[in-house]
Amino acid sequence: MSVAKPLPHDAARLHVTGAARYVDDIPLPANTLHLAFGLSQIAAGTVTALDLNAVRRAPGVQGVWTAADLPSDCDCSPSAHDEPLLAGDTILYLGQPLFLVAATCHLAARHAAARALVTYEETDAILTIDDALAAESRFEDGPVVWSRGDAEAAIADAPHRVNGVIEMGGQEHFYLEGQTAAALPQEGGDMLVHASTQHPTEIQHKVADALGLPMHAVRVETRRMGGGFGGKESQGNALAIACAVVAQATGRPAKMRYDRDDDFLITGKRHDFRIAYRAGFDDAGRVLGVDIVQMARCGWAQDLSLPVCDRAMLHADNAYHLPAVRLESHRLRTNTQSATAFRGFGGPQGMLGIERVMDHIAHSLGRDPLEVRRANYYAAARVERVEGGISTKKKQLTPYGMEVSDFILHEMTEALADRCDYAARRARVAEWNAAHPVLKRGIALTPVKFGISFTLTHLNQAGALVHVYQDGSIAMNHGGTEMGQGLFQKVAQVAAASFGVEIGVVKITATDTAKVPNTSATAASSGSDLNGMAVKAACDTIRARMAAHLAAERQADPGAVQFEDGRVVIGSDVLSFAEAAQACYQGRVSLSATGFYKTPKLSWDRKRGAGRPFLYFAYGAACSEVVLDTLTGENRILATHILHDCGRSLNPALDMGQIEGGFVQGAGWLTTEELVWDARGRLRTHAPSTYKIPACSDRPQVFDVMLWDAENREETIYRSKAVGEPPFMLGMSVFHALSDAVAACGPGYPALDAPATPERLLAAVRRVRG
Amino acid sequence: MTTHDITITINGEAITATVPARRNLVDFIRQEAGLTGSHVGCEHGVCGACTVEVNGTPVRGCLMLAVQADGAHVTTVEGLADTGRGHRLRAAFQTHNALQCGFCTPGMLASALEYVEGGGTADRTAIREHISGNYCRCTGYQAIVDAIVEVIETGEGA
Repeated sequence: MSVAKPLPHDAARLHVTGAARYVDDIPLPANTLHLAFGLSQIAAGTVTALDLNAVRRAPGVQGVWTAADLPSDCDCSPSAHDEPLLAGDTILYLGQPLFLVAATCHLAARHAAARALVTYEETDAILTIDDALAAESRFEDGPVVWSRGDAEAAIADAPHRVNGVIEMGGQEHFYLEGQTAAALPQEGGDMLVHASTQHPTEIQHKVADALGLPMHAVRVETRRMGGGFGGKESQGNALAIACAVVAQATGRPAKMRYDRDDDFLITGKRHDFRIAYRAGFDDAGRVLGVDIVQMARCGWAQDLSLPVCDRAMLHADNAYHLPAVRLESHRLRTNTQSATAFRGFGGPQGMLGIERVMDHIAHSLGRDPLEVRRANYYAAARVERVEGGISTKKKQLTPYGMEVSDFILHEMTEALADRCDYAARRARVAEWNAAHPVLKRGIALTPVKFGISFTLTHLNQAGALVHVYQDGSIAMNHGGTEMGQGLFQKVAQVAAASFGVEIGVVKITATDTAKVPNTSATAASSGSDLNGMAVKAACDTIRARMAAHLAAERQADPGAVQFEDGRVVIGSDVLSFAEAAQACYQGRVSLSATGFYKTPKLSWDRKRGAGRPFLYFAYGAACSEVVLDTLTGENRILATHILHDCGRSLNPALDMGQIEGGFVQGAGWLTTEELVWDARGRLRTHAPSTYKIPACSDRPQVFDVMLWDAENREETIYRSKAVGEPPFMLGMSVFHALSDAVAACGPGYPALDAPATPERLLAAVRRVRG
Repeated sequence: MTTHDITITINGEAITATVPARRNLVDFIRQEAGLTGSHVGCEHGVCGACTVEVNGTPVRGCLMLAVQADGAHVTTVEGLADTGRGHRLRAAFQTHNALQCGFCTPGMLASALEYVEGGGTADRTAIREHISGNYCRCTGYQAIVDAIVEVIETGEGA
């Protein structure tokens, strides 16, 4: 069976020969226009004069649009209708598009855009969390508060207390392929859009809205992205809308690709957070009560900030049972890029907060942080006690009241600690640190528990379309998009398994809003869970029709028809799958079907913060060892060991890739990837020359990754688990190992902020030395 | 805008065109030759996605002007595939899943090819240093290093 095989990525052969096409590679007619935005050079204020004469006269320019020239406000927002394509008079961040240029080539458009003469009246910008708090600049009315038990009393009554604050920076997605879209006008005013997007349906919706067309007049196709990571969930809307507006106005195809610097300046990033905490705990480090305040910098537009901040709250417990807890979340509006989805979607920030609490508790008690973490873990899955013949389940609830019934981190932590020899290495690190005054080592083992499902319950649906042709070849389509994660191959494996054929029999086709409508973004790690099930449903429908027909012809039982090894077995008759398809075609059997899936068991009240937002949790644990030069702050990851839970993996090779890549990206977030805005709100780190993502030489010297082999307790597709986001948070082990190395320098608590750049590490070293 | 008439031989085929002085080599390859396997990532020489071979040496296609390559022989990922050169690396990249989104792959292969053909050893640290000029945002690099190590350890040539 094709499921569970470590097959390579479906497009691997195309990638290594340069034949894989991205949006910018699609051949377009010679009269295609190329677009560029002119960007605001201030963070807040008004435009008093916009002189675009020089732009219009620039070589190659075919048209220029300001907000007043657009057919509508051309809103780009996925949520609150607060993102006009082009700013009118009011400027809300530095980098905001002010006008749109169409020219005969990409460079001509960009050069022309630089010729604008703009006069501004600048006002005080709200740039930081403190600015926003002082100005009460927020999304939603006030902070969102969820609580369970009396945290205040539990903290007050506890034998020990800690409190502190951790700041954590945002993160630029740095998808290798920048944002790109193209629009081609069709007959009758219809529009065809090619977009590098995780959410073709949203592009369709927003383009239709902007042009004043029904959704059926806009078709969006996405074959692949050169990386997404959440950055192409909503941030591609502006380019697609701009292309469609120009294509509609001129009757010519239009294409837009952000230059990398523009991409950094225009698009949203991961939310940076400040998390303040107060915790009360017992002698063993067990938390008795905790109060956590999360402050998120959301930028100029609402975008996806509310669900991101919700997810941060939903992961404020990570793997730990918090008997009394109060969570307060501030969603702050600032004059910066609109912070958006990024792998983990607030989960990483929420988790880092409670991991800081665990680390701080351990330091204050002089205990091994792993010991404290384990002492606080949720109870093991389904602990059953039989008393007097009555079986009672020991229930432990999250802060939002969902029972944690599948907790497997006790066993996983034990297995990982054994595999990486944690205890002995921790002792060796202490010996090394005692003998070395300048270089200090640190080690940390941190867990991940990540909730799987969109927290906006209605998004947990998916559709698919499957055709079996009369020669036995199969075409498959679904609403998921391919950004490199291997979704298309995993889902093709599901289809091949359903019909008992080789993977090569199944053709993977581009995501297309004309084939499967009303899809959700490929996000929340849900791609395989949702689309795998939808495709399976479509395949099951066709298979049942085929079985019924073939069995009826032979007076056999349809239930006994077998599809395996490329054959169809009906009693003593054996047909090749192609012969079976041909026979069904001859017998006038429909060989095309749609499939649909909606995630069961979900019920979530986001206002109250109560219910079951997730179908299940995915788990993982990582142990990292680092070495830190306390004179320079320079550091290296010496070794990382990972044990990660993918349920019954649909494709272990692809899952390993997600784990390795997710870990490295997570470690990058917490170490080298630093976003710096200056006092006027200009992002100073707007290119890879100043913004450092991990290179190959930055990855751990020893890198050992294992899958935890156990099936999902929930009925997911072949009992697999989602794997897109959870491994990202394994990078926390590096951050806490660095904190451990700093702690070896003196008696104080490091209170390290993220990213742990050399500058921050040096400051922390000074802090602990007192 | 100053223009120049230049001829660049790309994958064995001479291409003559009149180009603006400031056109990058990678834009020339993509627009004049229509070869889109070389990708534009950061456009200032950091990410390595546009790496191609010019007269036998890997070059950032976004840092070299097309006019600088006048008269040169350029090999792109498509040219490698056509001639079979680097076929063991291509096979290893596929079997090891040394790619996800694939955008970095052509440039990564060019750098890996230089290392393997230059007699590089299977020393993982040396391999890591050599390909550190090529960013990959997806894989975490583990599989890429594995693929290169396998090519070196299991036979002759790239």
